[in-house]
Amino acid sequence: MSFRGVMRPGHAVIRVLEMEPAVTHYVERLGLIKTNEDAQGRVYLKAWDEHDAFSIVLREADAPGLDVMAFKVHGTAELDRLEADLRAYGVNCERVAAGELADCGHRVRFEIPTGHAIELYAEKKYVGNLVGNHNPNPWPEGLKGMQVYRFDHCLLYGPKLADNLDLFTNVLGFDLTERIVTPDGGLLATFFSCSNKAHDIAFVHHDVPDKFHHASFMLMTWEEVLRAADIMSMHDIAIDIGPTRHGITRGRTIYFFDPSGNRNEVFCGDYTWYPDREPITWEAGEIGRAIFYHDRRLNENFLGVVT
Amino acid sequence: MAFTITVADTGERFPCAEGQNVLAAMVRLGRRDIPVGCRGGGCGICRVQVLGAARYRTLKMSRAQVSAADEARGIALACKLLPEADLTVKALGLLECRLNPVAGGAPHRG
Ligand code: FES
Ligand SMILES: [Fe+2]
Repeated sequence: MSFRGVMRPGHAVIRVLEMEPAVTHYVERLGLIKTNEDAQGRVYLKAWDEHDAFSIVLREADAPGLDVMAFKVHGTAELDRLEADLRAYGVNCERVAAGELADCGHRVRFEIPTGHAIELYAEKKYVGNLVGNHNPNPWPEGLKGMQVYRFDHCLLYGPKLADNLDLFTNVLGFDLTERIVTPDGGLLATFFSCSNKAHDIAFVHHDVPDKFHHASFMLMTWEEVLRAADIMSMHDIAIDIGPTRHGITRGRTIYFFDPSGNRNEVFCGDYTWYPDREPITWEAGEIGRAIFYHDRRLNENFLGVVT
Repeated sequence: MAFTITVADTGERFPCAEGQNVLAAMVRLGRRDIPVGCRGGGCGICRVQVLGAARYRTLKMSRAQVSAADEARGIALACKLLPEADLTVKALGLLECRLNPVAGGAPHRG
Protein backbone atom coordinates (compact mmCIF):
# COMPACT_ATOMS: atom_id res chain seq x y z
CA MET A 1 0.00 0.00 0.00
CA SER A 2 1.08 3.50 -0.59
CA PHE A 3 -1.06 5.22 1.98
CA ARG A 4 0.90 7.31 4.41
CA GLY A 5 -0.05 10.12 6.77
CA VAL A 6 -2.99 8.99 8.89
CA MET A 7 -2.97 5.19 8.45
CA ARG A 8 -5.80 3.74 10.49
CA PRO A 9 -7.86 3.83 13.68
CA GLY A 10 -5.41 3.13 16.50
CA HIS A 11 -7.49 3.08 19.63
CA ALA A 12 -10.63 4.29 21.35
CA VAL A 13 -10.86 5.14 25.04
CA ILE A 14 -14.35 4.14 26.18
CA ARG A 15 -15.87 5.21 29.49
CA VAL A 16 -17.75 2.54 31.41
CA LEU A 17 -19.85 2.75 34.57
CA GLU A 18 -18.35 -0.36 36.19
CA MET A 19 -15.13 -2.02 35.13
CA GLU A 20 -15.81 -5.63 35.98
CA PRO A 21 -18.92 -6.22 33.83
CA ALA A 22 -17.28 -4.15 31.08
CA VAL A 23 -14.21 -6.38 31.02
CA THR A 24 -16.43 -9.47 30.96
CA HIS A 25 -18.28 -8.00 27.98
CA TYR A 26 -15.27 -6.96 25.93
CA VAL A 27 -13.07 -9.96 26.79
CA GLU A 28 -15.41 -12.92 27.30
CA ARG A 29 -18.11 -11.88 24.79
CA LEU A 30 -16.37 -9.90 22.04
CA GLY A 31 -13.17 -11.88 22.45
CA LEU A 32 -10.70 -9.04 22.96
CA ILE A 33 -7.54 -9.85 24.89
CA LYS A 34 -6.52 -7.93 28.00
CA THR A 35 -2.95 -6.75 27.56
CA ASN A 36 -2.48 -4.30 30.42
CA GLU A 37 -3.98 -2.40 33.32
CA ASP A 38 -2.43 0.85 34.51
CA ALA A 39 -2.11 2.59 37.88
CA GLN A 40 -5.32 4.54 37.19
CA GLY A 41 -7.20 1.29 36.71
CA ARG A 42 -7.61 1.71 32.97
CA VAL A 43 -7.81 -1.63 31.17
CA TYR A 44 -6.04 -2.11 27.81
CA LEU A 45 -7.42 -4.54 25.23
CA LYS A 46 -6.58 -5.72 21.73
CA ALA A 47 -8.15 -8.01 19.18
CA TRP A 48 -6.31 -11.17 18.21
CA ASP A 49 -5.32 -10.03 14.72
CA GLU A 50 -4.01 -6.62 15.78
CA HIS A 51 -0.29 -6.11 16.11
CA ASP A 52 0.06 -3.14 18.46
CA ALA A 53 -0.23 -3.34 22.25
CA PHE A 54 -3.85 -2.15 22.50
CA SER A 55 -6.78 -0.81 20.51
CA ILE A 56 -9.43 -0.31 23.21
CA VAL A 57 -8.93 1.29 26.61
CA LEU A 58 -11.71 1.09 29.20
CA ARG A 59 -11.91 3.83 31.83
CA GLU A 60 -14.37 3.70 34.71
CA ALA A 61 -16.31 6.95 35.03
CA ASP A 62 -19.61 8.48 36.20
CA ALA A 63 -21.00 8.62 32.68
CA PRO A 64 -20.37 6.28 29.74
CA GLY A 65 -19.29 7.50 26.32
CA LEU A 66 -16.13 8.04 24.31
CA ASP A 67 -13.15 9.94 25.74
CA VAL A 68 -11.19 9.95 22.50
CA MET A 69 -10.64 8.15 19.22
CA ALA A 70 -7.00 8.00 18.14
CA PHE A 71 -5.48 7.35 14.73
CA LYS A 72 -2.04 5.94 14.04
CA VAL A 73 0.12 8.03 11.73
CA HIS A 74 2.89 6.63 9.56
CA GLY A 75 5.98 7.86 11.39
CA THR A 76 6.93 10.77 13.60
CA ALA A 77 7.81 13.07 10.69
CA GLU A 78 4.27 12.70 9.37
CA LEU A 79 2.89 13.30 12.86
CA ASP A 80 4.89 16.53 13.14
CA ARG A 81 3.68 17.62 9.71
CA LEU A 82 0.04 16.94 10.57
CA GLU A 83 0.40 18.79 13.88
CA ALA A 84 1.84 21.79 12.03
CA ASP A 85 -0.94 21.62 9.44
CA LEU A 86 -3.61 21.48 12.15
CA ARG A 87 -2.11 24.49 13.93
CA ALA A 88 -1.86 26.40 10.65
CA TYR A 89 -5.54 25.63 10.02
CA GLY A 90 -6.35 27.17 13.42
CA VAL A 91 -6.91 24.02 15.45
CA ASN A 92 -5.63 24.06 19.04
CA CYS A 93 -3.40 21.04 19.55
CA GLU A 94 -2.29 19.64 22.86
CA ARG A 95 0.63 17.24 23.17
CA VAL A 96 -0.03 14.33 25.50
CA ALA A 97 3.26 12.90 26.74
CA ALA A 98 4.54 9.49 25.69
CA GLY A 99 3.62 6.90 28.30
CA GLU A 100 0.46 8.67 29.51
CA LEU A 101 -1.20 5.66 27.93
CA ALA A 102 1.11 2.72 28.58
CA ASP A 103 3.26 1.70 25.61
CA CYS A 104 2.04 4.58 23.44
CA GLY A 105 4.17 7.38 22.08
CA HIS A 106 3.20 11.03 22.38
CA ARG A 107 -0.22 11.94 21.09
CA VAL A 108 -1.42 15.12 19.42
CA ARG A 109 -4.89 15.82 20.79
CA PHE A 110 -7.42 18.26 19.35
CA GLU A 111 -11.14 18.91 19.23
CA ILE A 112 -13.01 18.57 15.95
CA PRO A 113 -16.08 20.66 14.99
CA THR A 114 -18.50 17.95 16.18
CA GLY A 115 -17.04 18.39 19.68
CA HIS A 116 -15.15 15.09 19.85
CA ALA A 117 -11.55 14.69 20.97
CA ILE A 118 -9.34 13.10 18.33
CA GLU A 119 -5.70 12.12 18.74
CA LEU A 120 -2.91 11.29 16.35
CA TYR A 121 0.15 9.29 17.35
CA ALA A 122 2.97 7.55 15.52
CA GLU A 123 4.35 5.00 17.94
CA LYS A 124 2.91 2.17 19.97
CA LYS A 125 4.61 -0.96 21.26
CA TYR A 126 4.56 -3.72 18.65
CA VAL A 127 3.58 -7.01 20.23
CA GLY A 128 2.44 -8.93 17.14
CA ASN A 129 -0.86 -10.69 16.58
CA LEU A 130 -1.65 -14.08 18.10
CA VAL A 131 -0.32 -16.13 15.18
CA GLY A 132 2.94 -14.29 14.70
CA ASN A 133 4.77 -13.32 11.52
CA HIS A 134 6.82 -16.48 10.99
CA ASN A 135 5.08 -19.31 9.12
CA PRO A 136 1.81 -18.28 10.80
CA ASN A 137 -1.34 -20.32 11.19
CA PRO A 138 -4.46 -18.67 9.76
CA TRP A 139 -6.03 -18.20 13.18
CA PRO A 140 -5.19 -18.92 16.79
CA GLU A 141 -6.95 -21.51 18.91
CA GLY A 142 -8.54 -20.68 22.23
CA LEU A 143 -10.28 -17.42 21.31
CA LYS A 144 -13.35 -16.38 23.26
CA GLY A 145 -16.86 -15.30 22.33
CA MET A 146 -17.37 -13.47 19.05
CA GLN A 147 -13.64 -13.63 18.21
CA VAL A 148 -13.49 -10.17 16.63
CA TYR A 149 -10.47 -9.56 14.38
CA ARG A 150 -9.94 -5.87 15.00
CA PHE A 151 -11.33 -2.58 16.21
CA ASP A 152 -12.48 -1.10 12.93
CA HIS A 153 -14.21 2.32 13.17
CA CYS A 154 -16.43 4.61 15.24
CA LEU A 155 -19.67 6.41 14.40
CA LEU A 156 -19.91 9.72 16.25
CA TYR A 157 -22.78 12.21 16.60
CA GLY A 158 -22.43 15.98 16.66
CA PRO A 159 -23.08 19.29 14.87
CA LYS A 160 -21.16 21.19 12.15
CA LEU A 161 -20.67 18.34 9.70
CA ALA A 162 -19.64 20.71 6.90
CA ASP A 163 -16.78 22.18 8.97
CA ASN A 164 -15.88 18.67 10.02
CA LEU A 165 -15.79 17.51 6.39
CA ASP A 166 -13.35 20.28 5.54
CA LEU A 167 -11.03 19.39 8.42
CA PHE A 168 -11.02 15.66 7.70
CA THR A 169 -10.53 15.94 3.95
CA ASN A 170 -8.37 19.06 3.58
CA VAL A 171 -6.17 18.82 6.68
CA LEU A 172 -6.15 15.23 7.89
CA GLY A 173 -6.07 13.70 4.39
CA PHE A 174 -9.15 11.48 4.67
CA ASP A 175 -11.43 10.78 1.69
CA LEU A 176 -15.18 11.28 1.88
CA THR A 177 -16.60 7.89 0.85
CA GLU A 178 -20.34 8.34 1.46
CA ARG A 179 -22.71 11.08 2.61
CA ILE A 180 -26.40 11.65 3.29
CA VAL A 181 -27.63 15.04 2.06
CA THR A 182 -30.86 16.98 2.58
CA PRO A 183 -32.65 18.54 -0.42
CA ASP A 184 -31.12 21.93 0.45
CA GLY A 185 -27.62 20.54 0.53
CA GLY A 186 -27.22 20.09 4.29
CA LEU A 187 -25.20 17.12 5.49
CA LEU A 188 -26.97 14.52 7.62
CA ALA A 189 -24.08 12.05 7.66
CA THR A 190 -20.50 11.75 6.39
CA PHE A 191 -18.29 8.67 6.11
CA PHE A 192 -14.50 8.99 5.84
CA SER A 193 -11.67 6.65 4.92
CA CYS A 194 -7.97 7.16 5.57
CA SER A 195 -7.23 3.80 3.99
CA ASN A 196 -8.73 1.22 1.63
CA LYS A 197 -11.82 0.68 3.79
CA ALA A 198 -15.31 2.06 3.18
CA HIS A 199 -15.01 3.95 6.47
CA ASP A 200 -12.56 4.50 9.28
CA ILE A 201 -14.72 7.11 11.04
CA ALA A 202 -18.24 8.39 10.39
CA PHE A 203 -20.48 11.17 11.65
CA VAL A 204 -24.22 11.74 11.90
CA HIS A 205 -25.66 15.20 12.45
CA HIS A 206 -26.84 15.77 16.02
CA ASP A 207 -27.49 19.04 17.85
CA VAL A 208 -25.68 17.92 20.98
CA PRO A 209 -21.89 17.77 20.46
CA ASP A 210 -19.51 14.98 21.44
CA LYS A 211 -21.90 12.04 21.40
CA PHE A 212 -20.87 8.42 20.86
CA HIS A 213 -23.00 6.18 18.65
CA HIS A 214 -20.84 3.08 18.35
CA ALA A 215 -17.45 1.45 18.22
CA SER A 216 -17.28 -1.29 15.62
CA PHE A 217 -15.34 -4.53 15.48
CA MET A 218 -14.66 -6.53 12.35
CA LEU A 219 -15.64 -10.09 11.57
CA MET A 220 -14.95 -11.88 8.28
CA THR A 221 -18.15 -13.68 7.32
CA TRP A 222 -21.92 -13.50 7.62
CA GLU A 223 -21.81 -16.80 9.49
CA GLU A 224 -19.55 -15.19 12.09
CA VAL A 225 -22.00 -12.27 12.39
CA LEU A 226 -24.85 -14.74 12.96
CA ARG A 227 -22.77 -16.60 15.53
CA ALA A 228 -22.08 -13.30 17.30
CA ALA A 229 -25.84 -12.74 17.55
CA ASP A 230 -26.21 -16.24 19.05
CA ILE A 231 -23.66 -15.31 21.71
CA MET A 232 -25.64 -12.14 22.49
CA SER A 233 -28.74 -14.21 23.17
CA MET A 234 -26.79 -16.78 25.20
CA HIS A 235 -25.61 -14.01 27.50
CA ASP A 236 -28.65 -11.72 27.37
CA ILE A 237 -26.72 -8.86 25.75
CA ALA A 238 -29.06 -6.04 24.66
CA ILE A 239 -29.34 -6.12 20.85
CA ASP A 240 -30.27 -2.84 19.16
CA ILE A 241 -30.81 -4.20 15.63
CA GLY A 242 -29.75 -7.02 13.39
CA PRO A 243 -28.24 -9.12 12.06
CA THR A 244 -29.02 -7.00 9.00
CA ARG A 245 -27.44 -5.03 6.14
CA HIS A 246 -26.30 -1.42 5.93
CA GLY A 247 -26.96 0.29 2.59
CA ILE A 248 -24.08 2.64 3.34
CA THR A 249 -20.77 0.68 3.17
CA ARG A 250 -22.77 -2.52 2.37
CA GLY A 251 -21.75 -3.88 5.78
CA ARG A 252 -23.54 -6.87 7.32
CA THR A 253 -24.07 -5.85 10.89
CA ILE A 254 -25.44 -6.15 14.41
CA TYR A 255 -25.75 -3.20 16.79
CA PHE A 256 -25.76 -4.09 20.48
CA PHE A 257 -24.90 -2.49 23.81
CA ASP A 258 -22.18 -2.94 26.38
CA PRO A 259 -23.24 -3.13 30.08
CA SER A 260 -22.86 0.67 30.43
CA GLY A 261 -25.09 1.43 27.45
CA ASN A 262 -22.34 2.19 24.93
CA ARG A 263 -23.32 0.83 21.54
CA ASN A 264 -21.03 -1.70 19.86
CA GLU A 265 -21.19 -3.13 16.36
CA VAL A 266 -19.82 -6.31 14.86
CA PHE A 267 -19.86 -6.37 11.09
CA CYS A 268 -18.34 -8.00 8.05
CA GLY A 269 -17.93 -7.05 4.45
CA ASP A 270 -17.69 -3.68 2.81
CA TYR A 271 -16.07 -2.63 -0.45
CA THR A 272 -12.54 -1.55 -1.28
CA TRP A 273 -12.03 2.18 -1.39
CA TYR A 274 -9.51 3.84 -3.70
CA PRO A 275 -8.82 7.58 -3.62
CA ASP A 276 -9.75 8.08 -7.28
CA ARG A 277 -13.37 7.07 -6.58
CA GLU A 278 -16.22 9.55 -6.34
CA PRO A 279 -18.08 9.58 -3.01
CA ILE A 280 -21.49 7.89 -2.84
CA THR A 281 -24.43 10.20 -2.14
CA TRP A 282 -27.65 9.15 -0.40
CA GLU A 283 -30.68 11.40 -0.37
CA ALA A 284 -32.17 12.14 3.06
CA GLY A 285 -35.47 10.60 1.94
CA GLU A 286 -33.62 7.30 1.48
CA ILE A 287 -32.01 7.38 4.93
CA GLY A 288 -33.97 4.29 6.01
CA ARG A 289 -32.43 1.98 3.44
CA ALA A 290 -29.10 3.80 3.66
CA ILE A 291 -28.79 2.79 7.30
CA PHE A 292 -30.88 -0.41 7.56
CA TYR A 293 -31.24 -1.80 4.06
CA HIS A 294 -33.85 -4.47 4.85
CA ASP A 295 -36.16 -2.59 7.24
CA ARG A 296 -35.88 0.49 4.97
CA ARG A 297 -36.56 2.72 7.95
CA LEU A 298 -34.59 3.82 10.96
CA ASN A 299 -35.32 2.06 14.21
CA GLU A 300 -36.45 4.43 16.95
CA ASN A 301 -33.06 4.27 18.63
CA PHE A 302 -30.78 5.13 15.71
CA LEU A 303 -31.03 8.91 16.10
CA GLY A 304 -31.77 9.28 19.81
CA VAL A 305 -29.86 6.63 21.73
CA VAL A 306 -26.25 7.66 22.23
CA THR A 307 -23.82 8.03 25.13
CA MET B 1 -41.80 -11.95 45.17
CA ALA B 2 -43.16 -9.63 42.50
CA PHE B 3 -44.11 -6.00 42.79
CA THR B 4 -46.61 -4.11 40.68
CA ILE B 5 -45.31 -1.23 38.56
CA THR B 6 -47.88 1.34 37.49
CA VAL B 7 -47.03 3.71 34.64
CA ALA B 8 -48.67 7.02 35.62
CA ASP B 9 -48.91 8.30 32.05
CA THR B 10 -51.02 5.40 30.79
CA GLY B 11 -52.29 3.74 33.96
CA GLU B 12 -50.85 0.46 32.64
CA ARG B 13 -49.55 -2.04 35.20
CA PHE B 14 -47.05 -4.85 34.99
CA PRO B 15 -45.31 -7.12 37.48
CA CYS B 16 -41.60 -6.81 38.29
CA ALA B 17 -39.83 -9.59 40.16
CA GLU B 18 -37.56 -8.78 43.08
CA GLY B 19 -34.05 -8.12 41.75
CA GLN B 20 -35.31 -7.39 38.24
CA ASN B 21 -35.12 -3.91 36.77
CA VAL B 22 -38.33 -2.15 35.80
CA LEU B 23 -37.42 -1.80 32.11
CA ALA B 24 -36.50 -5.47 31.69
CA ALA B 25 -39.76 -6.50 33.38
CA MET B 26 -41.67 -4.32 30.92
CA VAL B 27 -39.72 -5.47 27.83
CA ARG B 28 -40.30 -9.14 28.70
CA LEU B 29 -44.01 -8.55 28.29
CA GLY B 30 -43.49 -6.91 24.92
CA ARG B 31 -44.63 -3.57 26.31
CA ARG B 32 -43.43 -0.07 25.43
CA ASP B 33 -44.92 2.09 28.17
CA ILE B 34 -41.42 3.46 28.89
CA PRO B 35 -39.03 4.08 25.93
CA VAL B 36 -36.30 1.46 25.59
CA GLY B 37 -32.74 2.24 24.52
CA CYS B 38 -29.36 0.97 25.67
CA ARG B 39 -30.66 -0.94 28.71
CA GLY B 40 -27.35 -0.15 30.43
CA GLY B 41 -27.98 3.12 32.26
CA GLY B 42 -26.18 5.17 29.64
CA CYS B 43 -28.50 6.77 27.11
CA GLY B 44 -31.20 8.22 29.40
CA ILE B 45 -34.13 7.40 27.17
CA CYS B 46 -35.81 5.35 29.93
CA ARG B 47 -35.73 8.16 32.53
CA VAL B 48 -38.63 7.99 34.93
CA GLN B 49 -39.77 9.78 38.04
CA VAL B 50 -40.85 7.54 40.87
CA LEU B 51 -43.97 9.11 42.38
CA GLY B 52 -44.90 9.27 46.04
CA ALA B 53 -43.10 7.64 48.94
CA ALA B 54 -41.62 4.50 47.44
CA ARG B 55 -39.04 1.89 48.27
CA TYR B 56 -36.51 1.01 45.60
CA ARG B 57 -32.81 0.95 44.88
CA THR B 58 -30.82 1.83 41.79
CA LEU B 59 -27.66 0.44 40.23
CA LYS B 60 -25.02 2.85 38.88
CA MET B 61 -26.54 5.24 36.33
CA SER B 62 -24.94 7.78 33.99
CA ARG B 63 -24.44 11.08 35.82
CA ALA B 64 -24.93 12.77 32.46
CA GLN B 65 -28.53 11.56 32.56
CA VAL B 66 -29.40 11.59 36.27
CA SER B 67 -27.74 14.17 38.52
CA ALA B 68 -27.46 13.76 42.28
CA ALA B 69 -30.24 16.35 42.65
CA ASP B 70 -32.42 14.39 40.19
CA GLU B 71 -31.79 11.24 42.15
CA ALA B 72 -32.82 12.94 45.40
CA ARG B 73 -36.22 13.77 43.90
CA GLY B 74 -36.92 10.27 42.68
CA ILE B 75 -35.64 10.41 39.11
CA ALA B 76 -34.05 7.19 37.90
CA LEU B 77 -33.29 5.19 34.78
CA ALA B 78 -35.85 2.39 34.56
CA CYS B 79 -33.18 -0.03 33.33
CA LYS B 80 -31.31 0.45 36.64
CA LEU B 81 -34.35 0.73 38.89
CA LEU B 82 -35.04 -2.20 41.23
CA PRO B 83 -38.32 -1.99 43.17
CA GLU B 84 -38.54 -3.02 46.82
CA ALA B 85 -42.29 -2.33 46.93
CA ASP B 86 -45.04 -1.49 44.43
CA LEU B 87 -44.06 1.62 42.44
CA THR B 88 -45.76 4.25 40.33
CA VAL B 89 -43.48 5.81 37.72
CA LYS B 90 -43.86 8.58 35.18
CA ALA B 91 -41.85 8.33 31.94
CA LEU B 92 -39.78 11.50 31.40
CA GLY B 93 -37.81 10.79 28.25
CA LEU B 94 -34.47 12.25 27.34
CA LEU B 95 -32.80 14.93 29.39
CA GLU B 96 -31.90 17.04 26.40
CA CYS B 97 -34.56 17.89 23.88
CA ARG B 98 -32.85 16.57 20.78
CA LEU B 99 -34.09 17.73 17.42
CA ASN B 100 -34.67 14.85 15.08
CA PRO B 101 -32.81 16.00 11.95
CA VAL B 102 -35.00 13.96 9.63
CA ALA B 103 -38.43 14.66 11.03
CA GLY B 104 -37.58 17.99 12.58
CA GLY B 105 -36.39 19.98 9.58
CA ALA B 106 -33.04 21.20 8.39
CA PRO B 107 -29.88 20.28 10.25
CA HIS B 108 -27.35 22.94 11.06
CA ARG B 109 -25.21 23.77 8.11
CA GLY B 110 -21.57 24.56 8.64
S1 FES C 1 -32.39 2.35 28.26
FE1 FES C 1 -30.62 3.65 28.11
S2 FES C 1 -30.50 4.43 30.14
FE2 FES C 1 -32.10 2.94 30.30
FE1 LIG D 1 -20.45 1.01 12.01
